[in-house]
Amino acid sequence: MSRYSIFSLARNALSDHKNWRKVWRSPEPEPHYDVIIIGGGGHGLATAYYLAKEHGITNVAVIEKGWLGGGNTGRNTTIVRSNYMLEGNAHFYELSLKLWEGMSQDLNYNVMFSPRGVINLQHNDASVDAAMRRGNAMRMNGIDAEWLTPAQIKERAPLLDLKGGGRFPVLGGLIQPRGGTARHDAVAWGYARAADARGVDIIQNCEVTGIIREGDMVTGVETTRGRINAGKVGIAVAGHTSHVAAMAGLRLPIESHVLQAMVSEPVKPCIDTVITSGSGHMYISQSDKGELVFGGDLDFYNSYAQRGNFPRLEQVTQNILTLFPAFSRLRLMRSWGGIMDMTMDGSPIISKTPISNFYINGGWCYGGFKATPGSGYVFAHTIAQDRPHPTNEALSLQRFETGATLDEVGTGPVPKAH
Amino acid sequence: MLLIECPWCGKRAQTEFTYEGDATVKRPEDGDQAAFHAYVHLRENVTQWHDEMWQHTAGCRRFFKACRNVTTHEIIATAKPKGDLPDMSSGKITS
Repeated sequence: MSRYSIFSLARNALSDHKNWRKVWRSPEPEPHYDVIIIGGGGHGLATAYYLAKEHGITNVAVIEKGWLGGGNTGRNTTIVRSNYMLEGNAHFYELSLKLWEGMSQDLNYNVMFSPRGVINLQHNDASVDAAMRRGNAMRMNGIDAEWLTPAQIKERAPLLDLKGGGRFPVLGGLIQPRGGTARHDAVAWGYARAADARGVDIIQNCEVTGIIREGDMVTGVETTRGRINAGKVGIAVAGHTSHVAAMAGLRLPIESHVLQAMVSEPVKPCIDTVITSGSGHMYISQSDKGELVFGGDLDFYNSYAQRGNFPRLEQVTQNILTLFPAFSRLRLMRSWGGIMDMTMDGSPIISKTPISNFYINGGWCYGGFKATPGSGYVFAHTIAQDRPHPTNEALSLQRFETGATLDEVGTGPVPKAH
Repeated sequence: MLLIECPWCGKRAQTEFTYEGDATVKRPEDGDQAAFHAYVHLRENVTQWHDEMWQHTAGCRRFFKACRNVTTHEIIATAKPKGDLPDMSSGKITS
């Protein structure tokens, strides 16, 4: 791997940028790997990277049916945060946020992590109390959280209407100052480049069509490019976790739903933080290109279509305009959908399974992107050591059967409600 | 916008309805814990034709079943809770 630096940039600039080397190889699949990771998004690639880096397992293949980062890695709203209340989630997302902070240096790849703060607005007394409670829980877990008054919020987001159109007055907000955004594609590319450099084979345009099971073991996968044997198989296929796990005979506590995101036309800098609100569910930030990137609720019915429906698009934009009336003249440039695997308790699953050498990473609900580095780190540990890392012990598949669910919002086993 | 046919009220816009999930799960007869776990948590999560419950919340408020393709969003039929939906199982691709 050629190292990126100011010198490599200058050298390549002098040769008209014609001599940049390919960032990763495109190898033919080998007949056998120690570990196969199904899914070449951020989570799968990060897992492969940490398998090689932390556990010395380099005979690894990442198998991707399309192109790298072409699923939810490229479809999210790029927000990174760890403002969770429950212990089982909080320590995991905090581990992830700490990895974000050093990721560009670790990977020698600029993922443009921008800790610009994530503000969660509160609009009524009950939600103020709940936010205070969450903030205190976060601080007791060693995670940064501060309370902002309406005046302090106005200072950070001058375009925000504190009256909320009369219906959603801003009574304050909880900020996680270390949260922010990152360049989503760069995360997949950075992990791919670093994993490839450590010997991981990244095999694109290769769809897994079956998982070969013998007794309580899996022995390999059938793909559109033939059979590949494996010592261990892990899946990181957000949205299609049920579908791929069913190939190994597992039935999961997951429903797939479509979540929309959208961007406006690019404008000059006008929001330099991330503003979120749970009352009229929305989250908004501004990309480096100037587009306002925003989203809200699921479409609220099972879906595998990577496109959303108009009623939700209308509702999300209404939520945005209620708080930012100045954006009413902006044109919507693009909208799209991604498939969320919504679990029965709203928290992810990074776990061993009843099949001894088959591992699952999924159930990311609304929150997969921010978890990318932590997810890869603990999933690699789970696969390599055949036991969970302390921070994903609570994220087991078994928790649904034992009753130790992690229901952050307390809505019960209704996937769309999380 | 989906156009959904309520078995009592006829075709109405999607915004009048609330989605209530998989219609194929059945509450177990006895108190076996594994069976209840499966009933409460585990779903087939099909990628094609899905039998599901809806409620006409902004209309007659009654529940009904629908058979909808979760990839194209086409609704092939709706029925009252005890009525029958067409058997699309040959098209129910789950693996």
